[in-house]
Amino acid sequence: MSQLMVDARSVRKSFGSNEVLKGISLSVEQGQVLVLLGPSGSGKSTFLRCINHLETINGGRIYVDGDLMGYRQAGDVLHEMKPAAIAAQRRHIGMVFQRFNLFPHLTAIENVIEAPIGVNKENAKDAKKRGMALLERVGLGDKFDHYPSQLSGGQQQRVAIARALAMEPKLMLFDEPTSALDPELVGEVLGVMRDLAKDGMTMIVVTHEMGFAREVADTVVFMDQGLVVEAGSPAEVLDNPQHERTKAFINSVL
Amino acid sequence: MNEDDVVAKPLRHPWRWISGVLVVGVLALFIYSLWSSPSVDHGIIVQYLFNPQILNGAVLTVVITVVSMLIATILAVILAVMKLSPNPLLKLVASAFIGFFRGTPLLLQIVFWGYLGIIYPTLTLGIPFTNIVFIHGQTSALVPSLAAGIIALALNEAAYSAEIVRAGILSVDGGQMEAASSLGMRGGYTLRRIILPQAMRVIIPPMGNEFISMLKNTALLEVVAVLELYTQATMISAQNLAQVELLVVAGFWYLVMTTVLSIPQRQLEKKYGRGFNVATARNRMFGFGKKKVSA
Ligand SMILES: Nc1ncnc2c1ncn2[C@@H]1O[C@H](COP(=O)(O)OP(=O)(O)OP(=O)(O)O)[C@@H](O)[C@H]1O
Ligand SMILES: [Mg+2]
Repeated sequence: MSQLMVDARSVRKSFGSNEVLKGISLSVEQGQVLVLLGPSGSGKSTFLRCINHLETINGGRIYVDGDLMGYRQAGDVLHEMKPAAIAAQRRHIGMVFQRFNLFPHLTAIENVIEAPIGVNKENAKDAKKRGMALLERVGLGDKFDHYPSQLSGGQQQRVAIARALAMEPKLMLFDEPTSALDPELVGEVLGVMRDLAKDGMTMIVVTHEMGFAREVADTVVFMDQGLVVEAGSPAEVLDNPQHERTKAFINSVL
Repeated sequence: MNEDDVVAKPLRHPWRWISGVLVVGVLALFIYSLWSSPSVDHGIIVQYLFNPQILNGAVLTVVITVVSMLIATILAVILAVMKLSPNPLLKLVASAFIGFFRGTPLLLQIVFWGYLGIIYPTLTLGIPFTNIVFIHGQTSALVPSLAAGIIALALNEAAYSAEIVRAGILSVDGGQMEAASSLGMRGGYTLRRIILPQAMRVIIPPMGNEFISMLKNTALLEVVAVLELYTQATMISAQNLAQVELLVVAGFWYLVMTTVLSIPQRQLEKKYGRGFNVATARNRMFGFGKKKVSA
């Protein structure tokens, strides 16, 4: 078995008395794509946010490339990490949001190079060169000096992907990257993600795009009410679901 | 004429004209009444307009305004961040500061700082319960009236500006913080590079107001004998008894300064407006600016 990039073990998370994740265990091998499915409110976004420690967890462990996320374990005792150490861990994990969250006061290229220069202290010239190459890669080389407000949703999302890639992440998390887009713009974003998967990026993707899941995913995980209901290859989970809830969900999405 | 072109007569706005003429008329009458009053000596106004004492006062007024405003703005950002922090103690301290300085008259605060020397005749800066002393001396020497005045104005202004800065920070979408964190940015860096530049759009217009208020409030420093414009004017009129004339002279310079100092505001608004189509939205809403109509 190749190296595990993500290893989540019985992750639990509550907001007040509302337990949103009730013991999620799943793993992603290096270079593989996991598609996470589930009805609204099942905890998909929360789980993604736990992976890069945007949310603290109440139980379980999450390892990314062998590192325990957010905590330091000394014997049996867990110590919360300092903000600097958590920030350092997050640098290796790219995240793409449903609502893009580009920095509106910066142009496309400035969005891409802000973190490499400001966080990684890369020199401006190299960062800019790499940034331009990344924008080319997502098909937006000619839009480098546009502000987000001057780009379509699909273009904004592709800049957001380039921005995440600029930190040279080991893992990319996508939280419904196409669900805020007009239908005709979905394809261009999925295309970029497909290429990324082909190039060997490890990815966890929350999406309702069944075509993408079927074609790109190595594993499909269906979760409901904070629990993993079913996991397996796309053929197993999408075409031959074993659980009633999975069947009902897949029928509702198709 | 190409029938694809829209050539329309612009909408007329008669009330804009009528109200404009009325305002200008009333203003002209007021100036005329002042000018024609037999008790106002125009000669004295002209004579003192460029008097060196008056000009020195005006310069000091600008210096006090700019320095106080700078200190106030830095404090305001700190207070705003404290108030937004999850730490209840920091929140409480910031709220108490804001409550205190907004809740008492500025004049009272100025007099308080000016009279600090009476309350605490000597000041010592050192480590308590040890013999280590960094600074020790007469309060009046350590905190001259100019410094006292600037402290008073800056602390008071910080309390007001803190709420403006806080509103600005709150106006920035929560997703921005999230995106910054996911890129490995730390809190301070995110505030400086991502949040504040966007908050500026909301912060600058009310801060422009605060700047102008500050400029005028410097006149209150007359009570602690800081030689700014208003103090200079009153000192001169105490000798030549031309009170009204010197008020006109001072008023003229205040107007000049407030007008000139509001020019940078437009530049700042432009700078921090980049990436946001504010100009377009405003033009659509109020119909200002050039309209380009194409088919
Ligand atoms: N910050 C929060 N505070 C309190 N409750 C929260 C918070 N974030 C999420 N929740 C709750 O956690 C549950 C799971 O939310 P989550 O956003 O993870 O679901 P999801 O599977 O991503 O749903 P969707 O498909 O609608 O995006 C919901 O009931 C939601 O109300
Ligand atoms: Mg979600």
